[in-house]
Amino acid sequence: MKTTLTVLRKDLRLELRTLETVPAMTLFAVTTFVIFHFGLNRATIDGQLAASVLTTTLLLAGMLGVNRLFVAEREQGGFDAFLLAPVDRTAMLVAKAAALFTFLTVLEVIAVPAFGLLLLGPSLGRSLPGLIAVLALADLGIAVIGTLVSAIAIHTRARDLIGPVIGLPLLIPALIATARAIGPLLAVHGSSSPPGKWLAVLALYDVVFALIAYAVFDFLLED
Amino acid sequence: MEEPPAIELRGLTRHFGERTALRRVSVRVPAGTTLAVLGRNGAGKSTLLRILSTLFAVRGQLGLLSHEPLLYNDLTGRENLVYHARLHNVGEERVEQLLEAVGMERRAEDPVRLLSRGMVQRLAVCRAVLHQPRLLLLDEPRANLDPAASELVEPLIGRGAGCTRVLTSHDPQAALAEADLVLGLKDGRASFVGAPEQLSAAKLAELYA
Repeated sequence: MKTTLTVLRKDLRLELRTLETVPAMTLFAVTTFVIFHFGLNRATIDGQLAASVLTTTLLLAGMLGVNRLFVAEREQGGFDAFLLAPVDRTAMLVAKAAALFTFLTVLEVIAVPAFGLLLLGPSLGRSLPGLIAVLALADLGIAVIGTLVSAIAIHTRARDLIGPVIGLPLLIPALIATARAIGPLLAVHGSSSPPGKWLAVLALYDVVFALIAYAVFDFLLED
Repeated sequence: MEEPPAIELRGLTRHFGERTALRRVSVRVPAGTTLAVLGRNGAGKSTLLRILSTLFAVRGQLGLLSHEPLLYNDLTGRENLVYHARLHNVGEERVEQLLEAVGMERRAEDPVRLLSRGMVQRLAVCRAVLHQPRLLLLDEPRANLDPAASELVEPLIGRGAGCTRVLTSHDPQAALAEADLVLGLKDGRASFVGAPEQLSAAKLAELYA
């Protein structure tokens, strides 16, 4: 736990200092909402369409963070230095996933209200607690799978391409479950709580990939 | 009874695809001594150091000073060293002690990207010896250091460090002056293994031919 916090603290400090990842993710998401606003040629959207637009945009913005997750470790020798230390290598997996989860949360704190202003018809207020629960589970899945994919991609020459090419197909089930869980929340006169079935699918997906990541991450740190 | 060596390699071979970087290299390095690895560019020196770093890293007893400083450019020197100290479970007072030892205490709050190469190398020396390793792998350890800075880092990575050292240098005479044992590599093979005084000028010239 101590090592995880050490690596996480270092990653958050680097992001605060360089502002390389979260502002780019946020700008991408807001710009995409604007594009949808004009592309759909509708003043507002709601229900399943709104859920799909929100989920897809957040996922694609999240991929920008996935691509940047291990860049400093690779380019500035962080991997080598970490491997020299007598620490559990899983600490880096947990720290990187926690860092990505934090980046996604900050992204959503800005992007979801922007979505509410630019595109969404119904008010966000009533659905907000349910939306937070669904997005937290979705972020967990993106964070775990994103960390795994990023650790694979960073050792390749085409690292910017490999992340989305491997990551997006792996995240399709999470995308479907998130969009289906959010749909009723964003409908006019919709429900205030998300469907339990899709929440369970998301949670199960998170657990399965967390276990896979835990099993293989050590090998991914090797050259 | 003879003391066990710090490093013993027997018939070490390393292939990269069809290319053989090291072929049946054997060497025995007693604890507390210095092995100089000599050879021209591409002879296999860096590969050997890389293998040793992989073999010994798991125990956390290895200090590595390579071409890359292994420091984050956007963290300050102190932040970098504190980060490594925490990974190695070393107290932060050791960081201050080392910063002072290499004369970097006044620039310790500057981001690494703003420092000169010599200053970065001094910080890299601090990082490598932070946890008082038993084995130091030194790849061009005095690169970018002026004579005064070299003198500052001498107690940390020189003979006075008191640990087993494996070093490479572009300057064979400087490496020989520090060595107890020499491994001469030529095209990945051990062309010479022995004491520095046994290495004739002709043999040395052959290593770099």
